Amino acid sequence: MNNMSEFRAKCKEMYEKKLSRPRVVVGLGTCGIASGGDRVMKAIKEEVAAKGIDVDIDFTSCIGMCYREPMVEVAVPGMPSVVYGDIYPDKVAQLLESHVVNKTPVHEWAAIQIPGDATPLEGIDVMEKSPYYEKQVRSVTSRLGRTNPESIEEYIATGGYEAIEKCLNMERQAIIDEIKKSGLRGRGGGGFPTGNKWQFVYNTPGEKKYAVCNADEGDPGAFMDRSVLEGDPHAVLEGMMVAGLAIGADEGYIYCRAEYPLAIRRLNLAIAEAEKHGIMGDNILGSNFSFRIKIKAGAGAFVCGEETALLNSIEGQRGMPRVRPPFPAVKGLWAKPTCLNNVETYANVPFIIRNGADWYSAMGTERSKGSKVFCLTGKINNTGLAEVPMGITLREIIFNIAGGIQDGKKFKAVQSGGPSGGCIPSEHLDTPIDYDSLAAIGSIMGSGGLVVMDETTCMVDVAKFFLNFTQLESCGKCTPCREGTKRMLELLQKICDGNGELEDIDTLERLAKVIKNSALCGLGQTCPNPILTTLRYFRHEYEAHIVDKRCPAGVCAALLQYVIVAEKCTGCGVCLRACPSGAITGEKKQPHTIDISKCIKCGACITRCKFDAIIKA
Amino acid sequence: MSACACEKVELTKEDALLEKLLDQYRDYKGGIIPVLQEAQNIYGYLPKEVLQKIAKELNMPFSKVFGIVTFYAQFHLKPRGRFIARVCLGTACHVRGGSKIFEAAKEHLGVDAGGTTDDLRFTLETVACIGACGLSPCMMIDEDTHGRLSPKVVGDIFDRYE
Repeated sequence: MNNMSEFRAKCKEMYEKKLSRPRVVVGLGTCGIASGGDRVMKAIKEEVAAKGIDVDIDFTSCIGMCYREPMVEVAVPGMPSVVYGDIYPDKVAQLLESHVVNKTPVHEWAAIQIPGDATPLEGIDVMEKSPYYEKQVRSVTSRLGRTNPESIEEYIATGGYEAIEKCLNMERQAIIDEIKKSGLRGRGGGGFPTGNKWQFVYNTPGEKKYAVCNADEGDPGAFMDRSVLEGDPHAVLEGMMVAGLAIGADEGYIYCRAEYPLAIRRLNLAIAEAEKHGIMGDNILGSNFSFRIKIKAGAGAFVCGEETALLNSIEGQRGMPRVRPPFPAVKGLWAKPTCLNNVETYANVPFIIRNGADWYSAMGTERSKGSKVFCLTGKINNTGLAEVPMGITLREIIFNIAGGIQDGKKFKAVQSGGPSGGCIPSEHLDTPIDYDSLAAIGSIMGSGGLVVMDETTCMVDVAKFFLNFTQLESCGKCTPCREGTKRMLELLQKICDGNGELEDIDTLERLAKVIKNSALCGLGQTCPNPILTTLRYFRHEYEAHIVDKRCPAGVCAALLQYVIVAEKCTGCGVCLRACPSGAITGEKKQPHTIDISKCIKCGACITRCKFDAIIKA
Repeated sequence: MSACACEKVELTKEDALLEKLLDQYRDYKGGIIPVLQEAQNIYGYLPKEVLQKIAKELNMPFSKVFGIVTFYAQFHLKPRGRFIARVCLGTACHVRGGSKIFEAAKEHLGVDAGGTTDDLRFTLETVACIGACGLSPCMMIDEDTHGRLSPKVVGDIFDRYE
């Protein structure tokens, strides 16, 4: 134990030394790298070497403002540190020259500033008060974009592995009680109380138990788990160790989808570092608790995000769900009692242990405590990652944090919970975000993806999109899901093609309810949700497709008609020449017309018209 | 009973790597998926002979190995391109025009989803989400993620991979 306090002091010293030096930090999460962070890093290294600038170069993970990537933070001691957005290699020289050498921040590129003890600069938003972060809390994401995720020293210097140290001196039941008291519920979407789950595993007799982390984040539109794994891998490991200690497990598995190579690399590195320092492995920190974690990479099957399918996949079988009961807490991995939680749930654990259950349960609502990380995507201005207290409204997230709808368009719906969730219309925007309120309006919390749709999105098309996804990913084990998704998809396709009949809506509804009640696993039971919610809130769009043979949003190609607005048409003839099927006719300088029977709906005329005179209706 | 044909295959550098891999996983519980993943890394895909060998060495029925290979989307029974392009058609990309990116990629490479170009340079695939939704629409080429795409830039990105 003494060694740990010595090591901790050393880590703190190293970290403080780093903070006392001028430094440039590049955001190198997957989103940063995808927008060119690597090239920015290279440019910075070359520039610093060429000019001999006295500055340390470092990298961090995703701070959350994906819409401003690539992001670079410049910190000069004694001054607020400034995080710059949209920094491409061509801006590097000026940025270094101005901010590092001449100590003059470049205001027009700055996104936010983090003053620390220094006096804030004029004209740059302070992080906590900026529009993007004002309504956020940062606990699970507190290290994201702030520390180097590949350094165990920085993790420890910022309070890391204090929780496991504390737990080693606690009764196992007391650890579980603390988690129960915090009110933490499963962040993978189900919302099952984490403490209760641990209690079940604790109560099940058995020599061998497992703690498993579900990092098979497959919901389209969700990347919270990736960001946490890439940005704070040690927190996930520590959370799993605490769980292992509490339930009596000595082995853990992280099942991570293979599409996240960077997350897998950083996890492996974190495990190696932790083992090197005696924080993981045999007799952790001199105690009699031993724990090891293995990484299993998925092989591309969405259904493996379902807990029992995931266990089958770890065992080296087809990832097909098992019949429950028995639940994994009783008979899980290799038929041993298994505690299965999601990445974000585990990552919350060290914070709860360190700061106490009361600190955690002070955030949130009556039945949903703490914070939740959401991914804001779709037709909004600010796409990115946001951690918010439970109970915040959808409106605050979409219009304050995410900055409203792109291009000044009108909000239509927000989809939460991925293919298992539902579409929420504008009349429910003031719903507080918690497990129960979202369920009451037909959606689910889900893992945390929020996809915002505007008036140009067709809700029937969206339902079809999700069904297409679940139909492809259905494992085929149970009939309701295997056959039902296929039938529902066919009906939706028929409606989008303009061949729908009104009774198709009733058939869809009946099918959806049967599948919901009879499918074997979560994938099947929730896959009708996109249909049920769109039918509930956007029934008129289905009816427009069926009765009027019209797609109000102008998406379903079979139902579109291209029309020339006579008042806007100048008769220039560009569209006439562009039309491959000769459907456009008209005299020069007179408004043209489109012959619907000849039109093949290719859209060539719309893209050529300079006067916005052709519309899809 | 006739002898298993796979033993007559001449040993190549890849086969030696496979031997080593199998030795590593012979007593490893649930090792079949990692073995298949690494075997695919060695050969680029999973030829029948390799699957037969894996089944024999790990003491599993060939049918079971084949079942696992065909269950998971990431295992391939046919040769693949040197670069794997995965265009994301997830929700966020869908609402931001992912299908147009996919059309542009198909046109540029001249293959359909799952197809490989004749020069074995690219294999084109779709993926349901690569978790870079903040940058949608996006695609991955091998392990590089390319975001904020428009149909116009797709060709240039492919040209960067020789």
